[in-house]
Amino acid sequence: MTTAQPISTPAPEPAGDPADAGVIRSLPLSKALNLGLRAALAGSDRVLLMGEDIGRLGGVFRVTEGLQAEFGDRRVIDTPLAESGIVGTAIGLAMAGFRPVLEIQFDGFVFPAFDQITSQLAKITNRHEGAVRMPIVIRIPYGGHIGAVEHHQESPEAYFTHTPGLRVVSPSTPNDAYWMMQEAIASDDPVIFLEPKSRYWQKGEVDTRAPALPLHASRLVRRGTDVTLVGHGAMVHTLLQAAALAESEGTSCEVIDLRSLSPVDYGPVLDSVRRTGRMVYAQEAPGFTSLGSEVAATVMEKAFFALESPVLRVSGFDTPFPPAKLEGTYLPDADRILEAVDRALAY
Amino acid sequence: MLDADGTLSPTPAAEPYLAVIDALSDAELEGLYRDMAEIRAFDVQATNLQRQGQLALWPPSFGQEAAQVGSARAARAQDHVFPSYREHVVARIRGVDPVDIIRLMRGLTHGGWDPTDPRNGNTHIYTLVLGAQTLHATGLAMGLVFDGRSGTGDLERDEAVIVYYGDGASSQGDVHEAMVFAASYQTPEVFFLQNNQWAISVPVSTQSRSPLYRRGDGYGIPAIPIDGNDVLAGYAVTRVALDEARTGQGPRAIEAITYRMGAHTTSDDPTKYRTSDEEQSWARRDPIARMATYLRSRGASDAFFADVEASARALADDTRVRTNALGGVPTDLMFDHVYSEPHPLIDEQQRWLADYEASFEEGTS
Ligand SMILES: Cc1ncc(C[n+]2csc(CCOP(=O)(O)OP(=O)(O)O)c2C)c(N)n1
Repeated sequence: MTTAQPISTPAPEPAGDPADAGVIRSLPLSKALNLGLRAALAGSDRVLLMGEDIGRLGGVFRVTEGLQAEFGDRRVIDTPLAESGIVGTAIGLAMAGFRPVLEIQFDGFVFPAFDQITSQLAKITNRHEGAVRMPIVIRIPYGGHIGAVEHHQESPEAYFTHTPGLRVVSPSTPNDAYWMMQEAIASDDPVIFLEPKSRYWQKGEVDTRAPALPLHASRLVRRGTDVTLVGHGAMVHTLLQAAALAESEGTSCEVIDLRSLSPVDYGPVLDSVRRTGRMVYAQEAPGFTSLGSEVAATVMEKAFFALESPVLRVSGFDTPFPPAKLEGTYLPDADRILEAVDRALAY
Repeated sequence: MLDADGTLSPTPAAEPYLAVIDALSDAELEGLYRDMAEIRAFDVQATNLQRQGQLALWPPSFGQEAAQVGSARAARAQDHVFPSYREHVVARIRGVDPVDIIRLMRGLTHGGWDPTDPRNGNTHIYTLVLGAQTLHATGLAMGLVFDGRSGTGDLERDEAVIVYYGDGASSQGDVHEAMVFAASYQTPEVFFLQNNQWAISVPVSTQSRSPLYRRGDGYGIPAIPIDGNDVLAGYAVTRVALDEARTGQGPRAIEAITYRMGAHTTSDDPTKYRTSDEEQSWARRDPIARMATYLRSRGASDAFFADVEASARALADDTRVRTNALGGVPTDLMFDHVYSEPHPLIDEQQRWLADYEASFEEGTS
């Protein structure tokens, strides 16, 4: 049976943590996500969580901890161990009017589901000329800096930003995690929700009353005048470190958190580049045909006359993510970013 | 064959396999016990090393020794082995140095050993993407058929493949596709499923409502369930299945019903999802204790058990010493084997990194 009628389920109202609504709290990012999921589950009984080990165990990173106990095992579902199955059945559930939120256990395990995501999920609304929507969120813990074994430290964002029909976002702070999760669930489009796993345990203030920026806005996080630094996810913190170090050497860096990887909100990026004349994009993913490549090319097209130097990219190398003992060499750190800042300033 | 209390009491279904066990010498039977006891000591040591921060992760094999030892000893030298990531004693029996497994879990390598080196007994490296190796095993087995390296009727020469995976992995599409290919091309292959009851926190009932071995039927693959904690059953049934496969009778499947007594990996907390009653009931079916009782009933000496204990301790000690002595990784490892042939982008980045790192050395001198 296929449903061709539009899905009229109202998007869940973003709601604060019912227990202490409106309170500003200091929370780790994983807990902020947990509260965001909880708010969405409480806000609409069409929201379902699905994934491996997300129920009783609460997920290997404990992001879904306690949610099955609170909402039951038909709302928070421990699935069989089959990623293609998780995404493929979520597509059917969305056709039946549900809003599934899926957990892929680790970045490297999304690929068994790649066909369902790229050939099916991303194209279903287009294929049906809008008659069938796909309000599905796919949560993926991603990125390095946790010293793990192979397939547990990857940055697969470019595969998804390259796929029309998908939205791709990544929060870098607990407040954004809390709000972006709810906004992603409220979206009628499929959202790839990349969680920077090395930030799961970092605390930050979460304001459960005042919504953060819209899902697809980029954000200026630090003012500066000489060079614009742009990145997403865990890299935003490395950029801030680099900016602090640069300041001690007399260079003023502006930092922008992209937040949304597809679509990209170029407004704040272009405004900043027009002020500074220089830009460095930093990412953990390999550089070749990456998000940084795309952003750099677009900035060169749109702000060419404002640029004093080429837009530079600092990336993971174009190698497989290495064994953990080499990840410190592979991943861009503040020094590598500063090296690019120096190169930009040398023009 | 072996009861939980260690008495030999074969079920009617086991009758056809008794001859295989009878053919084992006392020394071979004792060897099965030695394999299990030594790897358990190694496994406990590796778990401790992880707890002390020496390893990124450790997947314990604690409890699953019989299924692994029986099946690995059943394979012939020319056979090919595809483990997943918990088959520590399988790898060891085939010749892999256990510290090579440690190197993977320590974050020094993505592999650990060279499957093409004869010393490693045609053992492929661990696969962390669940189920992926079942397709590779099937493809290799297809190659054996295409090259006439199997099915000639010479048991001493004909090659076969054994592939290991878990009850959770059995849900993956790759495993289903592997079975379809294996049946279609009648590969000389044994699918060896270790059903240890849990895929991290998810019980086997979420993966399958019918016994997993029965899936074989749907693909046209004869399949048989065994008590995975009985090393004799593991040995005999795998021996026969591999020989049937290598003589051109097509793939076989075995479901070894066993139990993961420890955590899934050192990052896991089993108290969140299972009861200690359950754990204790399986502890009473411990594969090593059972075999010890059986060997004693056949007259194995105290000296033998003391000797096993000493060599188990020696392996554990050696593992600790050699793990602590493992060096770092040269940066070039990252670039050297991305492609087989030169690649300008990689070459440029390798040079860039060398210059960049050298610039710090100049800066500090
Ligand atoms: C494709 C894929 N998805 C998820 C994981 C994460 N993961 C690693 S082991 C595991 C459970 C595996 O259970 P099972 O196949 O029964 O084998 P066991 O670990 O019990 O030996 C999971 C979910 C993975 N490694 N690969």
